[in-house]
Amino acid sequence: MTDAIMTTAALPLPNATTPLLAVEHLTMRFGGLVAVNDVSFAAANRQITAVIGPNGAGKTTLFNCLTGFYSPTIGRLTLRHPDGKTFLLEQMPGYRISQKASVARTFQNIRLFGGMSVLENLMVAQHNKLQNASGFTIAGLLGLPSYRKAEQQAVDLARYWLSRVRLLDYADWQAGNLPYGAQRRLEIARAMCTEPVLLCLDEPAAGLNPRESGELADLLTFIRDEHGIGVLLIEHDMSVVMSISDHVVVLDYGRKIADGTPHEVKNDPAVIRAYLGEEEDEELPPEVAKDLEGKGV
Amino acid sequence: MTAISESAAGRALPWPSMLRESGLAAFVALLLTVPLVGFRTVDRPTGLGISTRFDEVLAAAALVFIGRLGLCLVNEGRALLVMVLSILALAVSAFVGFPTEALKVIAMGGAFVISLRAAMKINGDAAITLAAVYVALFLGPWLQLGGGVTLWLVAKSVIAAAALAVAVWRGLHAWRKHGAPVSLADRDKAMDRIAVKVQQASRFLGPVGIAFALIFPFLPIADRVSIDIGILLLTYIMLGWGLNIVVGLAGLLDLGYVAFYAVGAYSYALLATYFGWGFWICLPLAGVLAALSGVLLGFPVLRLRGDYFAIVTLGFGEIIRVILINWYQFTGGPNGISGIPRPSFFGLAEFNRNPTGGLPSFHEMFGLEFSSLHRIIFLYYLILALALVVNLFTLRVRKLPMGRAWEALREDDIACSSLGINRTNMKLGAFAIAAMFGGFAGSFFATRQGFISPESFTFIESAIILAIVVLGGMGSQVGVVVATFIVIGLPEMFRELEQYRMVAFGMGMVLIMLWRPRGLLAHRDPTIRLQGYGGGGTPAAGTAAAGGEAIAGGRAK
Repeated sequence: MTDAIMTTAALPLPNATTPLLAVEHLTMRFGGLVAVNDVSFAAANRQITAVIGPNGAGKTTLFNCLTGFYSPTIGRLTLRHPDGKTFLLEQMPGYRISQKASVARTFQNIRLFGGMSVLENLMVAQHNKLQNASGFTIAGLLGLPSYRKAEQQAVDLARYWLSRVRLLDYADWQAGNLPYGAQRRLEIARAMCTEPVLLCLDEPAAGLNPRESGELADLLTFIRDEHGIGVLLIEHDMSVVMSISDHVVVLDYGRKIADGTPHEVKNDPAVIRAYLGEEEDEELPPEVAKDLEGKGV
Repeated sequence: MTAISESAAGRALPWPSMLRESGLAAFVALLLTVPLVGFRTVDRPTGLGISTRFDEVLAAAALVFIGRLGLCLVNEGRALLVMVLSILALAVSAFVGFPTEALKVIAMGGAFVISLRAAMKINGDAAITLAAVYVALFLGPWLQLGGGVTLWLVAKSVIAAAALAVAVWRGLHAWRKHGAPVSLADRDKAMDRIAVKVQQASRFLGPVGIAFALIFPFLPIADRVSIDIGILLLTYIMLGWGLNIVVGLAGLLDLGYVAFYAVGAYSYALLATYFGWGFWICLPLAGVLAALSGVLLGFPVLRLRGDYFAIVTLGFGEIIRVILINWYQFTGGPNGISGIPRPSFFGLAEFNRNPTGGLPSFHEMFGLEFSSLHRIIFLYYLILALALVVNLFTLRVRKLPMGRAWEALREDDIACSSLGINRTNMKLGAFAIAAMFGGFAGSFFATRQGFISPESFTFIESAIILAIVVLGGMGSQVGVVVATFIVIGLPEMFRELEQYRMVAFGMGMVLIMLWRPRGLLAHRDPTIRLQGYGGGGTPAAGTAAAGGEAIAGGRAK
């Protein structure tokens, strides 16, 4: 099974410039509706790649294709781990994308295990590791020391991420009782507990106040710099996107309309048109231009 | 009495609207009871005939009218009046002759509910006092003085004495300080607190209960009947614990659990009668076969969700039963299988007076007087051990990745998939393991009865087991035990209700769904706590208490 997916030989030889994730000609149709239309871009390791665009631009559909919730109509999604292992994500069933290819994601509307405690949420995230250590439950039922050691390590990892997202004091709380902002942070911690190489965040700043958004930006920068993984980010909050992204991809009506550094994208006429409407004859009103400018850096 | 009733007492009562409301309720009751109660088919020598019971229909409508009026009065602030009147009505109906016993019980039940409702409006202590007095009166030994000392009598007396003590204590409270009326939210909170306390108490009450169950057959109060009831209760407890894995932990609503019970029972019966194999070889085989049937059902079905899944399991339960009825050559059809061998004492001795199979007899082996009770006691310990195995498994597996994955699937299976959990395998695991335990229980049932037929595996059995799990509080092990005593024990107590027993049972379930939709003891303790794992940065005890509070308060979600 694993060998079938890791078709390293069939692909062009990876070299140093091969990106972490390469999306090539991705198209997703729902009946007559084309939600994502021939989108290609790349996301590099140790970089934050933001995917932005107006509502309905196909960002979440793109994410769902990446993480196996949809299988794309056309296109290739290649994930190349820093150690050279290569996976074709579009051919893998949903759960394997996290299990084998180490892609973790969060959801636009938070999906925590609300009735379970915060710590349990993070333990569930380490399921595959622990399930192997527990000898598919048998060694665990017998209480063998090898399993207890693995569990201790899992708790240590959970503790590390809890302290990172400042939830250590809430470890034994029911996750559903946490305040909204804490639930957002916990979902990121849970995704990180799967030890991914690519973290996909679907609007992590939605519903956060400016202070919380700032903290989120710090957390994402920390994850990128200290853990050396790639982050793919869907976000509407431009202050977050422009301040932390290394690379921005802009979608509109399912098509890619711009791709580049935050500065390039911000000044791209196609992007401004998509966000502010088509008024080609008129220049941008000075306040709007200034506002856009101010939101940068 | 209270501020509310004092302010309302001066007001004139809106009789027209109250009467209209009561009349409407009585009319609806009439419409419902005419087809349900009014007509009844009876067997006559000339064929089926219909007998009418309109007196009972009218009585029901009249009771609903009076009851509704009482509730209206309670809402208008005349709680004390209604409480006194309904207590009087209860006392009168206990001694006055009624045309049928059922009518009497219904009248008493109505007065009972309304008096409690009125007491709740006065204050919480009054309600508890009244409830405790009722329990004491109902269970007290005074109802059957002169009979021999049975376990049931002892248990009833103990409960009655405890209830009296509570009544006196709470009554004093109610007398001294006039508390506020109990709101629904208060009652929910109180129930949650009780659930948390029971869960905590079960840590030491559990071993006490197990110890009691272990010595029970040797207590002087244990006779053949009480041990038989014990076996019955333990069988349902085991089935409840087994189904709890699928329904309570994995969150898959299985309406056909009895199918696996049937597969286990028939596996043992057929293996034993065709091949002459002993119980101790067949027991694991029956478990394996039941688990296989669980996997067989699970593969196509587990991709379905929610209601669709429930319907397919319901269908599977019926398919198994229909196969058992129709495959006459193999299963004996509706005649069932008789002469199923009884279990031996671990293959060492038989429980017969004069064993024929070449084994020594149990009483000679241990130098005892022969007693037919030996086998029953052995069966009792057998089902106790089987049930405890299920319990131990569930308690342990909840702390393992598989158990956590089950609970996570119940909470959100899309998130599970995004965390790399193979949903199909996990659900299949839950299904197969629960089916295996059902199969064990089934082969125990077969060996205990010595005779099985498809009639023992109807949908109602699945419904009862599911009711036990849901009533106890999904996922709660103690809840299953409590609920088994209620679901299996209460119908035994209300034998005088005759045909109304199932109506009373249904009404009880509806009431519980209204008052405690998450089950009596719905409370979940985390399976792992950070404090248990030393190291720096763990929160102080205060935070833990706050966490517990939050968890306890989080039921309203």
